[in-house]
Amino acid sequence: MLRVSSNPVVDTVVKLASTAVIMFAFVFVVMVPLYNVLCDALGINGKTSGEAYTSVQAGVDESRTVTIQFVATNNEGMPWDFGPSVTMMKVHPGASNDTVFHARNPLPKAMVAQAIPSVSPSRAAAYFHKTECFCFNQQPLDGDSSAEMPLQFIIDRDLPSDIHTITLSYTIFDVTDMVGGSIAAR
Amino acid sequence: MGDHHHGPAKGLSRWLFTTNHKDIGTMYLWFSFSMFILGGAFAMVIRAELFQPGMQLVNPAFFNQMTTLHGLVMVFGAIMPSFVGLANWMIPMMIGAPDMALPRMNNWSFWILPPAFLILASTLFMEGGAPNFGWTFYAPLSTTYAPPSVTYFIFSIHVLGLSSIMGSINIIATVMNMRAPGMTYMKMPLFVWTWLITAFLLVAVMPVLAGAVTMMLMDIHFGTSFFSAAGGGDPVLFQHIFWFFGHPEVYIIILPAFGVVSQIIPTFSRKPLFGYDSMVYATAAIAFLSFIVWAHHMYTVGMPVAGELFFMYATMLIAVPTGVKVFNWVTTMWRGAMTFETPMLFCMGFLVLFTIGGFTGLMLSIAPADFQYHDSYFVVAHFHYVMVAGAVFSMSAAVYYWLPKWCGRMYNETMGKTHFWISFVGFNITFFPQHFVGLAGMPRRIPDYALQFADFNMMSSIGAFIYGASQILFLYNVIATIVAGKPTSEAKTWEGAEGLEWTVATPAPYHTFETPPQVR
Repeated sequence: MLRVSSNPVVDTVVKLASTAVIMFAFVFVVMVPLYNVLCDALGINGKTSGEAYTSVQAGVDESRTVTIQFVATNNEGMPWDFGPSVTMMKVHPGASNDTVFHARNPLPKAMVAQAIPSVSPSRAAAYFHKTECFCFNQQPLDGDSSAEMPLQFIIDRDLPSDIHTITLSYTIFDVTDMVGGSIAAR
Repeated sequence: MGDHHHGPAKGLSRWLFTTNHKDIGTMYLWFSFSMFILGGAFAMVIRAELFQPGMQLVNPAFFNQMTTLHGLVMVFGAIMPSFVGLANWMIPMMIGAPDMALPRMNNWSFWILPPAFLILASTLFMEGGAPNFGWTFYAPLSTTYAPPSVTYFIFSIHVLGLSSIMGSINIIATVMNMRAPGMTYMKMPLFVWTWLITAFLLVAVMPVLAGAVTMMLMDIHFGTSFFSAAGGGDPVLFQHIFWFFGHPEVYIIILPAFGVVSQIIPTFSRKPLFGYDSMVYATAAIAFLSFIVWAHHMYTVGMPVAGELFFMYATMLIAVPTGVKVFNWVTTMWRGAMTFETPMLFCMGFLVLFTIGGFTGLMLSIAPADFQYHDSYFVVAHFHYVMVAGAVFSMSAAVYYWLPKWCGRMYNETMGKTHFWISFVGFNITFFPQHFVGLAGMPRRIPDYALQFADFNMMSSIGAFIYGASQILFLYNVIATIVAGKPTSEAKTWEGAEGLEWTVATPAPYHTFETPPQVR
C-alpha cells in the first residue's frame, strides 16, 4: 500500500484527511451530475429534455391519437398571469404540433421568469420531444406587458401503447433576483 | 503504573490546554450530558404542548423550532459526543496505549464543539427565530423558506462536522498504530472494533453533510440553484444527499452502543462474548450496507419501482447482521452465571427495546407499507426505540460500568437500579403509544392533533415527564458518586470483567500504559 510518510501516524492521518476532502468534493462533482444524468436517462421526475429535439423523418402514426393536457402553475409569490392558450389537444404520434402559452407581467417593473416543465405520467417524459420551447430560456418581460410564448413538440411514435393521455405541466418561477448569478446546470 | 510523571495542571488551564485523553474524555462526557439536558428540555416543551389537543403553551412557529433543535442537539450534541468521550477514555486503556495518537488535535476537536452549539442555541434569540425546518432540514424549507438564522445553523454544522472528522481520524490513527505488542486486530475488545468502523463511517459521510449544507449556503447567498427548481435544480436531490449522509449516521450512533453492550453482557454473564468473530464481521457488514440503503427514507418521492425494490431488499438485508448480533448477545447470556447490576439492567433493557425498534424498522423498510407509515408518529416511535433505548440506554450502562474505574468510587446501586426502572417504564409509556397514534394517522412534527389521539398523547407526555425526571436522578447519582461515593481501589470492579482497562489501578491514574503491556 502507498505510504505517504515514514511516520505511520502521519501516514494514517494524511490518508484519512484526503479521504474526507475527496468525499466533500464527491458531493459536488459526482453526486449532483450523476443525479441529473440518472434522472435524464431513466426519465424520472417527469423532467423533459432541456434541449431542443432535432426531429427525424419517421412519418405520422395516423392510427393513434394521444390527448395532451396543458397545466400552468405559478410558484409562490409569482404575480404573472400565465396559462396555455388551449388546455387540451389531440395529436398523432410523429406529427409536429404547435401551441402557445401567454404570460402577462402586471407589475410596473421588468421581471425575468423561468418555466419548469414536468410530464405526467413520468414514463412519458422520454417520448415527449420539444423542438421549440419557451422553457429552454429565461423569459424577460417588461413591466405591465404581455407576451406569447411558443411551444412546438412531437410525441414519439414509440410511446408505450397503454399511454393515452399525457399532461404537460409548467410551473413559472420568478428568477429576477437570480439572473446573472445562476450557475446550476439545466 | 505510577504517577511518577507530572500530574494534571491546576485550575482552568488544565481543561483548556489538556492533551490527556482522560481529561478530554471527561469533558466530552460532561458536555454531551449538558446537551442531553438541553435537548431534553426542548422535548419537554414539545410534550407539554402535546399534552392536550389545541394550542396551549407555545405557538406553532416556536413548536417547530423545538422539534428541530431537539433533534439536532440530541443527535449531534448529546449522543455523538458522548460516544466520542467514551472512546477517548476507554480506547487507549483497552488497547494498552499511553494516550491518543494525536493529543493536540484531540484538544482542538473537543474545544470547537461548545462554540458550535453556542451558535446553534443562540439562533433561538435571533430575529425570525431558530431553524424550524426539522433536523433533516429538507430544502426548500431550509433554503427558500428558512429563517435568516439558517446561516448560523449552517456554520455550526460545518464546525461540528469538522470536530467529528478530526475526532474520528484520531481514533483510527490510535487504533491502527498504538496497540500494545500482541494486541492483534482480532484480539481487540469489541468496543474498539465498533468504534474503528464507526470512525471510518464518519470520515466518509461527515464531508457529505458538509457538502449538503455548503450547497444550501450557496443557494441562499450566492445565487446557485442546486435545490431550487426555478434555476434547474431539484429539491429531491437534497434528500438523496442528506440521506446518503443520514443513513450511515444512524449506524454511527448505534455501532458504539453495540460495542458497549458487547463489553458489559459478558462481564455480568461471566462468560466470554459468544461469536466474537461474527460480531466483527456483522459490524463491518452493517457499515457497508449503510451506504446502499439511503433511499428507504424517501420511498414517497416518486422513485421507479425498480429503485423501491432495490432499496427495500437492501434494507431488509441489514436485519441479517443485526440479527447475528442480537442472537450472539442472547447466547452469551445463555447458561451464564448472571447477575443484574445496573449496567447489566440497562444492557438488557437495550436488548429488548432495541429489538422492538429493529422490528418496526423492518416494517418501515417495506416500501408499499411505508407509504402509510411515512412521516407519521410510527416513525417517531421507531427511531426513539433505537436512539433512546439503543444509544442512550447503552450510554447509561457504560457510565455505571466504568464510573468506578474513572473516579475510584462506587455509585449507589439502589439509586442506579431505580434510575433504570423509572427510565424503562417512563420510556415505554412515552413511546409505545406513539406506534398506535402513528398507525392511526397522526403526522409527526405537528403542534396540534385530531381529538381521537388525545388519550395516547396525554399518556406519552406523562411518560416523557417521568423519563425526563429519571435523568435528573442519574445526574444526582453520578455527582454523588464523584463527590462522596464509597471509595474503591479494586482494579477489577466487576469480578467477571475482562480487558486491559481492568488491569490498571483504580481510580485510573492520570497516565496509564506508559510502558506498553504484553498481550498474549
